[in-house]
Amino acid sequence: MVRQMVGEEVPLASCGGDTDGGLGTSVESILSAIDAAWSEAGVAILVDLGGAETNSEMAIEMQPEDRQQRIAICNAPIVEGAVIAATEASGGASLDIVRRTAEELSPA
Amino acid sequence: MLEDAASRRSLIEAVAQDVIDHAEELTALDQAVGDGDHGVNMKRGAEAVLADIDALAEKTLPEALKAIGMALVMKVGGASGPLYGTFFMTLGKSLPEKPNSTDTVAAFDAALQAVMARGKSHPGQKTMLDVLAPALEQLKNDPSPSEALCVAAAEAAEATIPMRAERGRASFLGERSIGHMDPGARSSSLMITKASKILEG
Repeated sequence: MVRQMVGEEVPLASCGGDTDGGLGTSVESILSAIDAAWSEAGVAILVDLGGAETNSEMAIEMQPEDRQQRIAICNAPIVEGAVIAATEASGGASLDIVRRTAEELSPA
Repeated sequence: MLEDAASRRSLIEAVAQDVIDHAEELTALDQAVGDGDHGVNMKRGAEAVLADIDALAEKTLPEALKAIGMALVMKVGGASGPLYGTFFMTLGKSLPEKPNSTDTVAAFDAALQAVMARGKSHPGQKTMLDVLAPALEQLKNDPSPSEALCVAAAEAAEATIPMRAERGRASFLGERSIGHMDPGARSSSLMITKASKILEG
C-alpha cells in the first residue's frame, strides 16, 4: 500500500513474526529491516503491539551510536502511520517531521 | 561460588531446563491473559542457551550473563525477550568476576531498574517486576540464596493473581485480567527459585 502511494522513492522494509516464523517479533529481523531501509536521512519505525515496540527499542540500542540518533519509533497506527510517514518522507521532510506527522494520527 | 566452569554449567543448565519443563504451564497462564506465547518463547530462549552451554560455562560469570541476555534478546521474541535479555545483560554488566553479597544485591537492583526502564513499568502493574522487586527486598535482608528467597518469589507470583494488569497485552483485558497469575511473574519466580536452590547446594 505504501509502495502504491509513494512509489519507489522511499526505502521501505517490513518484518514480522518470531524466529520460528510464528506470531511475534524478532530483534534479528528488525535489525535487518533497519539495514534494508537505511539511508542518511534515517529510519522511521512503525509498530503494532507491545512486543514490537520493546524489540524495536532493543534493536535501536544495538545500532552504532551515530545511527541511533537517526532512528525514530513513531507512536502512530501502523497502517495509516506508515502511509503518512512515507508520504512525508518522499517529499524530503526530516525524520523529526516525518515522525511528528505520523504521530498526529494518534489520539492525544 | 560460580568460580569454576562446572558450577556455572550446572546452574545455567538447571535454570534453562526448568523453564523448558514449565513451558506448557507458562503458555496456559498466558492464554488466560495474553497471547499464549510466553511458554513457547521462553522455551525457545532456554533451548538457545542450552545449545551454547559449553561456551557459556567457559566464560566468566559476568560475560556468561551478558551472553545469556543477548541470546534471550535474539531468540525469545515477544516482550519478554528484551525484558529478560535486559535483566541478564545488566546483571552481567554490573557484577564483578568474583562478586560478594553486596555486589550481588547491587547488580540485582541495577537489573531491576533496567527492566523497569525497558518496560516503562513499575511494580504493582501485574508483571515480572512484581516478583523481581520483592526478591530484591528479600536479598537486601539476606543476600544469600535461601528458602526465604524461594518463598518470597513464589508468594509474590501468587500475589499477582488479584492484580489488574496495566502493562502488556493483558492490560487490554482490564478487570478480566484479575484472577489469573501473571505469566512473567511466574517465569521470574521459577528462575529465582531454581537458581537459589542450585546455589544453596
